Amino acid sequence: MTAVARIPWLLIYATAYLIFLYLPVLLLPLFSFNDGTIVAFPIKGFTLKWYAQLGEQETLLNAMVNSLIVGSVTALAATSLGLFAARAYVRYRFAGRELSEGLVMLPLVIPGIIVASSMLVLFISIGLKPSLTTVILGHTFVALPFAVSIMKSAFDDFDQSLEEAAYDLGETVVGTFRRVTLPIVAPGIVSSLLVTFTVSFDEFVLAFFLSGNQPTLPVYIWSQIRFPAKLPNTLALGSLLLMSSVILLLIAEYFRRRSTKSTS
Amino acid sequence: MATILKSEAGKGIALSAPASLYVGLLVAAPLGILVAYSFWTQTYVEIDRTFTWANYSEAVNDPLVRHLLIRSIAIAGAVTFATVALAYPIAYFIAFRTQKKALWLLLITIPFWSSYLLRVFSWKLILGFNGVMNSALISIGVIQEPLTFLLYNEFAVVLTLAHAWAPFAILPIYVSLQKIDRSLLEAATDLGCNRLERFIRVTLPLTVPGIIASCLIIFIPTVGDYVTPALVGGSQGKMVANLIQVQFGAANNWPLGATLSLMAMVSVGIVAILFVLLATGLGRRIR
Repeated sequence: MTAVARIPWLLIYATAYLIFLYLPVLLLPLFSFNDGTIVAFPIKGFTLKWYAQLGEQETLLNAMVNSLIVGSVTALAATSLGLFAARAYVRYRFAGRELSEGLVMLPLVIPGIIVASSMLVLFISIGLKPSLTTVILGHTFVALPFAVSIMKSAFDDFDQSLEEAAYDLGETVVGTFRRVTLPIVAPGIVSSLLVTFTVSFDEFVLAFFLSGNQPTLPVYIWSQIRFPAKLPNTLALGSLLLMSSVILLLIAEYFRRRSTKSTS
Repeated sequence: MATILKSEAGKGIALSAPASLYVGLLVAAPLGILVAYSFWTQTYVEIDRTFTWANYSEAVNDPLVRHLLIRSIAIAGAVTFATVALAYPIAYFIAFRTQKKALWLLLITIPFWSSYLLRVFSWKLILGFNGVMNSALISIGVIQEPLTFLLYNEFAVVLTLAHAWAPFAILPIYVSLQKIDRSLLEAATDLGCNRLERFIRVTLPLTVPGIIASCLIIFIPTVGDYVTPALVGGSQGKMVANLIQVQFGAANNWPLGATLSLMAMVSVGIVAILFVLLATGLGRRIR
């Protein structure tokens, strides 16, 4: 190399790319505080009124409750299924293990519109009307791969000899699971619950097809996007949602890291 | 039952069964019914269950369907190419040029922990006629009139999707770069390769698996994307998912919707398989 300092092109590029990545995410909150009804520069002034108005809208609050119900049930269902499956994949060798591991990842790669349309047809055919129940069934399907991979990495770092020690000391299978295994993988479980909750909370296409007349928050937002007059409120609601997802997932990430650290 | 559960294999199967049955059932049953529907006909509110190829012949002969399918695949291809090409330098930067790998990886993934719908919506606001980009460019004096080519076309769809899928390209490529044995790079230098040759003949071929993985992860779901073409595509940027949604919504022709879903899925599958064959062949060629 010559004495002249090389221009760090890659660093410059990476920084520009980072701005590109953050631009749309930071823009919603920025304009949600703007005292004007159009989203354009220059910014008019600071206001909190768009946020204040959110509390008065009953349909929004209903959608919020729907989303919380769907998200919580989905998180519990996907994490329970994922917990047992991941335990099986990491701990036991059995025929069809790789097939099963591949199968539970399948929801990640099927286009959303195909999952949504085919599930709608199925549920209607078996007499299940579109409702929060059908959304939960669909969301558990798409959230499962996340639960399985998080729980797999939690069990990966789990020291097998701890369980053997518990058996030797006279614990039953259930007692060992409850008193040894569960506490150690608990951070992984928390992380999985938070991630699957967020996956459900943010999911739109499936909920759009399967929610019938019980809209979740993303479906509600979709219905508001069309009305320019509602734009500032939609921005405020959107910003709240963006922030809550990011915060939830940062907490999830913290627990995931703790789960891999605590055992290695 | 009790004896089966005592064996290692039995425990494994029993524990993983609920998850794999759940996914298996919710893949197989809807697909089965979708296939059945594609051979039926919609008569107002009723479904006529006599077997017919009518939906397929209607879909195949309808120029709009053909056009939308081809456009969806072309747009998904463009998105895949743009995303991977933009992401490769970032993955390279994180793998080779920075000590703060964990921080960079975290920074890159944070924006994608937020709602996809809202990110697409945000792009609509950025690219609009009276939107953020135009108003910003006008107020700093770069342009006098708003640019009209930003929103409601293929460009807007490709840009928005290239943004949405960024980490799915960066992470697999980063992993494959990270796995490269550094002594191979030293060997290439010792044998007289310059930096460009070393990249093209050693680094790039070794990351082909990562590139293929990210291409598939991006291409397959993108073909069936609904939100982005609906919000930023306008009439030029509509894709097959929008047509499918219309059949299940306003047009209320579920059998045709089912047929279109299946055709989209099969086309995606064929293109994906061709791509993998081509890319693995090419990867071997360079080496």
